[in-house]
Amino acid sequence: MEHELTHSDAAHPTHHITQPKVYYIVYCWLILLMALTIGASYVNMGGGLNNLVAMTIAVIKAVLVVLFFMQVKSGTRLTWMWAAIGFIWLIFLFGTLGDYVTRNWISVTGW
Amino acid sequence: MSVAAAEEHGQHHDPHLQHQFQDMDQQNESYVVGMWTFLVTEIMFFGALFLAYTIYRRDYPDVFLEAHHHLVVWMGGVNTVVLLTSSLTMAMAVYYAQMKNRQRQMLFLAITIMFSFCFLIIKGFEWKNKFEEHHVPGPYFEYKIEEPKGAEARRAPAKIESAALTQMSKGGKVVFPKDAVVPEYASRAQLFFSLYFAMTGLHAFHVIIGILVMGTLFFMLMFKHPATDYYMPVEMAGLYWHFVDIVWIFLFPLFYLIPGS
Amino acid sequence: MSATSLPPSAIPLRAGDEKPNYLNWSYAVKDWLLTIDHKRIAVLYLISISFMFLLGGIAAMMIRIELTSPHGQLLTSEVYNKMFTMHGVLMVFFFLVPSIPATLGNFLIPLMIGAKDLAFPRLNLLSWYLYTIGGLMALTAMVMGGVDTGWTFYTPYSSVYSNGNVSLTLVGIFIAGFSSIATGINFIVTIHKMRAPGMTWFRLPLFIWAHYATSVIIVLGTPVVAITLALVVVERLLHLGIFNPALGGDPILFQHMFWFYSHPAVYIMILPSMGIISEIIACFSRKRIFGYSFVAFSSIAIGVFGFLVWGHHMFVTGQSMYTSMVFSALSFIVAVPSAIKVFNWTATMYKGQVWLTAPMLYALGFIGLFTVGGLTGLYLASLAMDVHLNMTYFVVAHFHFVMVGGATLGYLGGLHFWWPKITGRMYPEGWAKLAAGISFIGFNLTFLPQFIVGYLGMPRRYHYYPAEYQVWHILSSAGASVLAVGYGIPLIYFIWSLKYGEKAGPNPWGAIGLEWQTSSPPPMENFHEIPVVTWEAYAYDDETEHGAQEDRKDMPGTSSAVRQEAGRDNEEGNSEAHAA
Repeated sequence: MEHELTHSDAAHPTHHITQPKVYYIVYCWLILLMALTIGASYVNMGGGLNNLVAMTIAVIKAVLVVLFFMQVKSGTRLTWMWAAIGFIWLIFLFGTLGDYVTRNWISVTGW
Repeated sequence: MSVAAAEEHGQHHDPHLQHQFQDMDQQNESYVVGMWTFLVTEIMFFGALFLAYTIYRRDYPDVFLEAHHHLVVWMGGVNTVVLLTSSLTMAMAVYYAQMKNRQRQMLFLAITIMFSFCFLIIKGFEWKNKFEEHHVPGPYFEYKIEEPKGAEARRAPAKIESAALTQMSKGGKVVFPKDAVVPEYASRAQLFFSLYFAMTGLHAFHVIIGILVMGTLFFMLMFKHPATDYYMPVEMAGLYWHFVDIVWIFLFPLFYLIPGS
Repeated sequence: MSATSLPPSAIPLRAGDEKPNYLNWSYAVKDWLLTIDHKRIAVLYLISISFMFLLGGIAAMMIRIELTSPHGQLLTSEVYNKMFTMHGVLMVFFFLVPSIPATLGNFLIPLMIGAKDLAFPRLNLLSWYLYTIGGLMALTAMVMGGVDTGWTFYTPYSSVYSNGNVSLTLVGIFIAGFSSIATGINFIVTIHKMRAPGMTWFRLPLFIWAHYATSVIIVLGTPVVAITLALVVVERLLHLGIFNPALGGDPILFQHMFWFYSHPAVYIMILPSMGIISEIIACFSRKRIFGYSFVAFSSIAIGVFGFLVWGHHMFVTGQSMYTSMVFSALSFIVAVPSAIKVFNWTATMYKGQVWLTAPMLYALGFIGLFTVGGLTGLYLASLAMDVHLNMTYFVVAHFHFVMVGGATLGYLGGLHFWWPKITGRMYPEGWAKLAAGISFIGFNLTFLPQFIVGYLGMPRRYHYYPAEYQVWHILSSAGASVLAVGYGIPLIYFIWSLKYGEKAGPNPWGAIGLEWQTSSPPPMENFHEIPVVTWEAYAYDDETEHGAQEDRKDMPGTSSAVRQEAGRDNEEGNSEAHAA
């Protein structure tokens, strides 16, 4: 049958329980990454690269928290979608930067 | 599933099943999706502040670099560890809620609450310092540049008068160092501290809400409120708490670890 | 039935021996104010929103009276500023944004998808309380001296200079924002998780698709404006000057963040209205809606693209020229999905059996006025044109065509269409048609002159103006009084119909949607048994030959009962056949 006549969008609604071992491992990674980000901030790689490294590490930490602590990894497709959508819309919001980047570009006479 | 089957469902259902739902699976996923939708609004809520931060840091990189030296890295670092650990203990509380272990659940909730207070106390000391140093934006703002750093400081065409006037019109006071460079620093440093207080303040507010939620759950568990047989409330509080953690994961490098150029 | 909060189904009948329904199971005030029934909350919302609409309308009338004279004889400049701010704040934040979702959406979504309630009934009640608290705070601020910033609260005027009760108003709007977030979250989860067996996404009424898109916009946009307004409050009270130019802050950043919500907010207002129009047009043309999936996905497209055009409010306020070009282009693109809807509604009526009831008149009015509003939007999206037209009455006329001609007409149309479902009574059809006609004429008389006077150069928000504009303003004010009559008549006959209206029966329009399969007014649990859906929301084509209009006099919807029987018999086969 193509459409299951149930209330849910999800195919497998049974609840998944993450084991404590996973939490501990993720926690260790988080602490490690935090140490790394502090360390990296004292190494001068040139402003841009430093920022990139710091933000990449922060994003990795956030993803770890979202996937494991917040159990999105074992979540349904719907949970995935809603977990992702906020971060996607942040990109739209940060489109505002486009204005600030282009403000000092060459202007057209009479504008 | 036919109508008859739907009715059959109603006969042996969980006491925690609310009237509008058909079964526990539907109810559980509704909670999870609802909570995530709420967290999406939180992401956008903080996102706008992060946008403001990004734009101003891009506009005044040297000021941000200079001003961030007034924040204490080790305090921020300790707070990061505290929050990350509290996230772990929260995850454990959720695990024991799923395993229906009331004692462990209470234990880990209590530890999480303790860590949250710990975070707030450290934060409180940081803010206290800021108040004492007159780094709180507004009429009493004072800013001392110990050693002028960065490109903008060296350029320094010292428009003292106009900038001092601006400051006075805001009611603030600038204390210039000997060679009196660039008082615009002071006003822009105020911008940095405005962002600092707005963002860490909003975050701290979320921590307080978290404490209230977890505290309520703790007491409900203690008095064996029937709702606590159901693991979903703790799981929802957990999702919220992890989000608070994520915000701090970004706040920490952005405010405390601005790289020098 | 597990929950204790719902009444037992065996309730002693009252004297009128009506069947127990959501309206008559209890008349206690407590059972209204603490209800978690989405239908009752919808009614609470209906009352509070109508009240706000009335107040906003009074402010509008003051503005229009003032503008009949070029010298401004009724109000001082200060009071005039407060008047248009009050009109804007009340109408935008307390009427248009919650109007359709919180009333008709709240009432109909569970009925249309075959659910007992929304996913989070308590959150729904909380949302009404937040709305009420926010509204009372905004009203208090207005009574205690008012606000003169305009509804856009541009900094630094609002944050540094204005002496009005800006903070209190902003906190009120902030709280009302959370009320609409609560509604949005509720709708999203409900539409995802609470659909009845067999109710696939492509069997959903387009009303649901529109509300889904609306809720997504609410959830993603509202927090941004909430924090933006909160920052203004914080700047006023605590001196955290994030938008303060004296500190190097950028007031244009406020505009970016404000319009990141407030432009999509236009779609929060218009999308639910579009959903209503889709329902009405299909029902009264007795035809399947033309291009269902195009209409459905155009709602989603509007929801997404609506987030990418906010910069077109800032073409002349200091935004980079290059950004303006991008936003201009994107603004043209967002017109496409709106146009798809208009074409599809028109095509639905083609060769249909058009039945000109009052809701249908409102719907036709909507299509025409929304088209004018949308097309003039394209003028404003063109960069060069906007330099001339920005901040004039042309803009005022444009967005009133969209919001009053579009959203409000749709809201009224929807109220008429579902009034029999909500109250169990028919409204007087003749009066309703008259009111629809008067509203349409009054509306055009009010706002068409504003296009012209704006094009001639009349700036918005001024009450002194050169004498040569007076004739246009007089026309517009005359139109406003006609419009007021057009809105007043429904208010009277709706209240009248509660007692004297003809009994409606479950399905007075012979419509096919699931909400018409239950009795009117619906029972507390919406459906006596959870329906199994085997048909689309717009399967009118099978009925056209049988003259479904005669259904109007049937009391307990015979055709629907038959259909449900038939559905149950060959449920397997049908659900396969209709599977999208």
